[in-house]
Amino acid sequence: MDRAAFRSGVGSVVPLLPAMAPFGMVSGAAVAEVELGLAEALGLSAVLFAGASQLAVLDVLDSGGGVLVAIAAAWVINLRFLLYSTSLAGEVDGLGRGRRFGMGYVLTDQAYAVAISGIGERPRDETYWRYVGAAWTIWLTWQLSTVVGVLVGDRVPDDIPLDFAVPLLFIALVIPVIVDRPSVVAAVVAAVVSVTAAELGAGDAALLVGALTGIVAGATADRGR
Amino acid sequence: MISATAFWTALAVASAGTYAVRTVPLLLAGRVAALPSEVRRALRMIAPSALAALVALAVARPDGQLDLVAARPLAALVAIVVAWRTRSPLATIGVGMAVLVVLEAL
Repeated sequence: MDRAAFRSGVGSVVPLLPAMAPFGMVSGAAVAEVELGLAEALGLSAVLFAGASQLAVLDVLDSGGGVLVAIAAAWVINLRFLLYSTSLAGEVDGLGRGRRFGMGYVLTDQAYAVAISGIGERPRDETYWRYVGAAWTIWLTWQLSTVVGVLVGDRVPDDIPLDFAVPLLFIALVIPVIVDRPSVVAAVVAAVVSVTAAELGAGDAALLVGALTGIVAGATADRGR
Repeated sequence: MISATAFWTALAVASAGTYAVRTVPLLLAGRVAALPSEVRRALRMIAPSALAALVALAVARPDGQLDLVAARPLAALVAIVVAWRTRSPLATIGVGMAVLVVLEAL
């Protein structure tokens, strides 16, 4: 085990915990609000383990949208993990099957962002342990804050914009991967298209539409060189 | 009231699909590494694209509608400059939060 890499992974997500804990509490409190209990809350947080989709499943079921609609909503929101997993796959070749399986279970936006920053410069094992440190810190925070949310409800002060720490970390991590013209094109196109798609009513699919368009635009710019 | 059957069915199927997209590419790591270099270069566009889309949606539509001349987009612009100059996540988050708190207090 590479303890230094593990610690660096933990350290890189610590600034996010004040943002993540309230979000976890909200997702726990949302379960209590629809009169479900701790088992259901932990089912969502520990099995599904993907914040936005957890809220979507509850919302659809509570408003009478049906099981299939709830499943479809969760899938659309979580399809972005396919991109992250594919992006990381090229970096973990040769890593044991169990470890790669474990990586998939704890894959989140934040863990991916931490793992991908500086990935070309790190040896594979260092990338792995950095990811493990970041991803399991997030996992533990998420479970604990879900339980707190179920038990005491959502008691987060509204006046401190803690949630803004998450896009700020993504900014800090995306800048180093924007290294050349194709990656600039990819990032700008993805940003513009995702916001435009959301404005046009793409809903949960906006992120995916933007990201895929960005990838195609970046790859096209790359080929044009 | 959500029925137990509906809840656990939705959770099980939603989770199975989510686990599949999270894991299958990682399990096929060897094949991804063996893809033609042109495809692998395209895969390198995933990180800038996905992260930029996440940032753009969180910053430009924090409450579900477009609001570009607001505290969050301005604070994000400052944070982008800080991230670019310092490469420090801590400085980026610290300065970005401070700018947002100040702008919202104005």
